[in-house]
Amino acid sequence: MRDINTENIVKRYGTGANLVTAIGGVTLGITAGEFVAIMGESGSGKSTLLSMLGGLNAPTSGSLSVDGVDIYALASDERADFRQRSIGFVFQNFNLLPYLTIAENVMLPLAIVGMSKKKKLTAAIDALARVGLAEKAARLPNQISGGEQERVAIARAIVNKPPIILADEPTGNLDTHTGAEIMKLLTALNQDGITVIMVTHSNEYALYTRRRVKLADGLLADEDGEVCFPVARATGQG
Amino acid sequence: MTLKNIVISNLRRRKARAIFVLAGLLIGVATVVGLMSLVREMKNDINHKLEMYGANILIVPKTENLSLTYGGMSLGGVSFDMQELHEEEVIKIKTIKNAANVAAVGPMVLGLVTVAGRRGLLAGVDFAEMEILRPWWNVRGEIPLHQDGILLGADAARLRGLKQGDIVQLRGRALPVTGILEKTGSQDDGLVFAPLRLAQDILGKTGRISIVEVAALCTGCPIPEMVRQISAVLPSGTVTAIQQVVKGRMETIGHFQKFSYGVSTLVLLVGCLMVLVTMMGSVRERTVEIGIFRAMGFRKSHVLRIILLEAGIIAAVAGIVGYFLGWGATRLLFPLFSEGQGHGTISLDPVMAVAAILASIMLGITASLYPALMASQLDPNEALRAL
Repeated sequence: MRDINTENIVKRYGTGANLVTAIGGVTLGITAGEFVAIMGESGSGKSTLLSMLGGLNAPTSGSLSVDGVDIYALASDERADFRQRSIGFVFQNFNLLPYLTIAENVMLPLAIVGMSKKKKLTAAIDALARVGLAEKAARLPNQISGGEQERVAIARAIVNKPPIILADEPTGNLDTHTGAEIMKLLTALNQDGITVIMVTHSNEYALYTRRRVKLADGLLADEDGEVCFPVARATGQG
Repeated sequence: MTLKNIVISNLRRRKARAIFVLAGLLIGVATVVGLMSLVREMKNDINHKLEMYGANILIVPKTENLSLTYGGMSLGGVSFDMQELHEEEVIKIKTIKNAANVAAVGPMVLGLVTVAGRRGLLAGVDFAEMEILRPWWNVRGEIPLHQDGILLGADAARLRGLKQGDIVQLRGRALPVTGILEKTGSQDDGLVFAPLRLAQDILGKTGRISIVEVAALCTGCPIPEMVRQISAVLPSGTVTAIQQVVKGRMETIGHFQKFSYGVSTLVLLVGCLMVLVTMMGSVRERTVEIGIFRAMGFRKSHVLRIILLEAGIIAAVAGIVGYFLGWGATRLLFPLFSEGQGHGTISLDPVMAVAAILASIMLGITASLYPALMASQLDPNEALRAL
């Protein structure tokens, strides 16, 4: 189980006249086991916040800790190990490697883990079974539908049993029906105890979550868009 | 699923790019192997032909008397009342460090005799060795290899009106003329040849030697070094190298070798640049993929290993294929450089094959080091934003 806390994190890009503030100072607490939607308009900073939560994007200032450990104080390799152990990413564009089979794509996070080939394959098949695609393990990504590719991406995110899943617009490229299926799948994973943090701009899909955090211009806002900066640590249910 | 699986699967999918990298290294390796094989075979060819040239080192006794010439070569102090070498000294030539490079040692005893009413020079020789030392000899009749008899030079026979089968008196011995040399254009034409032992008996010079001719094959050692070694074991002799022809040929090969090294370096450099540019392109094309790897927890070193492993596998294949290509090219081209000789003699060289493969891997990895480092240093967030 992992609690995530951010302390007034700021992310700026560029310098001088080109300085852009993507995140203007966000303080946020997410308790282990929560299902959180990060919402906002395009350019509101939600994807930037998600990548910062995943240890991929160091804040310009402020701190971000998982279970009390400031992950940006860790060395690059230690942060990579943290991602391998604790985070499962689900990308909007699925990001499956086209030259690997479905099973191989799912096994990808285990490529750097000292496990037998058999155990890796078993873990991949288990993860695929969890998303209902075990029978398509031998296919290539271009031989399955978009919805199935997203489910494979989810299987890949859970294959090493991380406590946290970060999903960036997981339904962005899917039709309503398939999007709903993905949301049900994420809900089921959350019910299994996994913390799920999802970026979405869809109110409909956000309703599947138990808590919704809205960003506007890089700052935390309530659901009607009111900026609530500086904000006290948000811990309530949505 | 391991890093190796990722690499192999990627190579299978991106065949065109892999083939491009492969071609860069393959051309380089094949060129180097081809040129080096060609130089090696040309050297071997020269060595082989050295045997045809006959003797290339002459040993004469140290003397301060008048000098004579032999075969157009100055022999130092050969005179008929000089101090001579002893057979037991000559045997020492076989004990020098580069004895393996000595193809033949031809001791010769010389003395004045009267044959069929005319005075002439009798040369006692070891006919078995003379077959190596005088490969150009054409004999009408037989060489007196296993019998007592004499072999006459073309002029020696003509001036005396002798022919094969005649019996001549030589200091009280009746000896058959077993054969007559065809004209050689050398001083051999005027000589009377007899087996060494028989000549020593006739001349009263048992155990003594006037001149020693040596045929040395020297790729691994320079002729002057052989001369030095022989001088050390034969202090009573003056050792002279007949180097002109060999040196000329070897110098030509030396120039070709230097040219080959220059071309090889250039081709390898171009090959490495091709690998560098292609791998840079590959890394740029795979930016998102590298971002995904890093998001999944791959360390920088894992990304580095993926790129270098990919380069290493391609380079190893280029090394293997390049070696066989270079070897095949040498087989095809060598006859052009050796006047049609030695086509079937070019064998596979395991040492060169291993060296070619290792060198190819080393070059492939070295040329890919910068793209690999670039890939490993990619900011994962920036890489994923490239979507």
